[in-house]
Order: sequence, then structure tokens, then C-alpha cells
Amino acid sequence: MRVRVLVSFKESVLDPQGQTVKNALLTLGYGFVTDVRQGKVFELEIDGLTEEQARQAIPEIADKVLANPIIEKFTWEILTEAKQA
Amino acid sequence: MKFGVVVFPGSNCDHDTFFALKEVLHQETVFLWHKDHDLHGVDCVVLPGGFSYGDYLRAGAIARFSPLMQEVREFAEGGGRVLGICNGFQVLLELGLLPGAMLRNKNLKFLCQFVRLRVENRDTQFTRRVRSGQLLRLPIAHYDGQYFAPPETLKGLEEHGQVVLRYVNEKGEPTVEANVNGSADNIAGLINRAGNVLGLMPHPERASEARLGSEDGRLIFESLIQP
Repeated sequence: MRVRVLVSFKESVLDPQGQTVKNALLTLGYGFVTDVRQGKVFELEIDGLTEEQARQAIPEIADKVLANPIIEKFTWEILTEAKQA
Repeated sequence: MKFGVVVFPGSNCDHDTFFALKEVLHQETVFLWHKDHDLHGVDCVVLPGGFSYGDYLRAGAIARFSPLMQEVREFAEGGGRVLGICNGFQVLLELGLLPGAMLRNKNLKFLCQFVRLRVENRDTQFTRRVRSGQLLRLPIAHYDGQYFAPPETLKGLEEHGQVVLRYVNEKGEPTVEANVNGSADNIAGLINRAGNVLGLMPHPERASEARLGSEDGRLIFESLIQP
């Protein structure tokens, strides 16, 4: 099963890279873009877990390793369903 | 006093730190390999600057899971002295031995320059040799040095005298201009509540001899060594 985890800065944290991208878009005439937040994407290939087990393990991995909860938040989704044994 | 300098893949100030402690300050000093499980009886663990694991994921995030870090955590929790310099400070934050996190510098530039620092707490094992009102001149070299912590954490740090170093101007004022990386409250160095773990972004080992442009970094090491 393939899982995608998205990590981005919390709203309370300034994202200077996102701001720089937004400013570049403004310069190029895309003034309708009012905010940009930059983040990270992780795609995990998971084997040997049921979907239920994966649903427990993924937030744990994201919270412990992939994101730093002091500054970042995360969302995740399963891209393909678990194979039935 | 016996110092141990931890070596991660990607550490690049480990030899400078070793040299400053051993050759300049004449202390017994050993390297500690990150894969070992042995602190070799050191009195102080130093996590040096550099780019452990290439700063992959986040600065200090992977080094935190090195085998030796388990021993370092137990050592610190038992009162052992731990000094984290630059990347070492980032590792201490990721480990949770110090509160908060590092963000990319506010101006998105790698900063390599001397800064002036005000010592906010001289009553620590790391700063007791600093004179009252003395400003330190130390070099920084980092990309991810913008200290961040939620407001309630910052308040707690202040109340417990945990802010040890602040970026200041030549008059000793913590101005916006002096705050080169945009850190919360101009914070450049922090200590834990128990007073045995210090993290700082500036490099004292790079300012331990006059020929390097400053000897102010010696004060940090000499404070530790002082019986």
C-alpha cells in the first residue's frame, strides 16, 4: 500500500520560503495568489500491515519523525488499498 | 576534565572543537562515534557543529536517532553536562532536551559572520567566567538558526532564566537589526531548567585563540573547566 504524507508549517509559523514564492508570483502578474505555504511530501511504501494497522502507524511515524510538531502539521492519505491476503 | 566530542556523519566542526579543548585548553578530550553505546567516562559531552546526515529531513532530525544519543539523553537526565554548538544545538532541540525548534534564517541566506552576544545569565556552569556587562564576539555559520518556540514556552524560558545568549548590537541592545537570523526574542543560546544542558548557535571553538579574531569562545569552555 502506498501512503502519502504532507508536512507543512503550522499557521502560527512564518514560512519565508512560501512568502518568497508568493512574491515571485506577484511579480509575474499572478496577483490572485494571496498566500503560498511550502511543505514536504513523503510517499511511503508499506508492506505487511492491514489497513487498520497502517492507520494507526502512519500518524505515529509522521508525529515522531516526518514532522516536528512544534513547527509543523501533517495530513496523510492511502493512495492504494491494502492487498487482501 | 574529560570532554567527549560526538562525531556524526556530516559533522564538520568536530576537529576544531577537539583542537580547542585539547590543544588550546589542555583538557583530556576524546572523539565519541555516534554508533557506539559508550561515553568513555567523559565529564562533558559536546555535540559539534556541521551538517549531520546532510541536514536531511530537518537539521539534527536524523542524528537524534543515532545509537549514542540514547546514552547522551540518559547522561543529561542524570545531570551530566552537555554542550550543543550550532548543529549540536539543533540536535538538542530535536531530542527534546531543550525546548523549541529551528527554522530557516528569516532572510533565507546562509549566514557566516561574527555576531555580538549579550550574556543574559552568568550564573550557569557554561558562563560563570563572563564578566558583568561583557559582550561576546563569536562567529556564526548556519542556514537554519531562526529559533522558534510558542509564546507560552518563551515566557517560561524567560521566567526561569533559561535564555543565556541574545544577539545584540555594539551597545548591547537586542535590536531587530542585530537579530541576524530572525530568532524569537533574539535568542542565540538556551539552557535547560536543571542547568546542565546548553545549546548555542555561535561557535565558541572558532573563537578560542587571538589569531582567529576572537578569544571570547574560551570563556564558555573555561567556565566548564573551572573547578
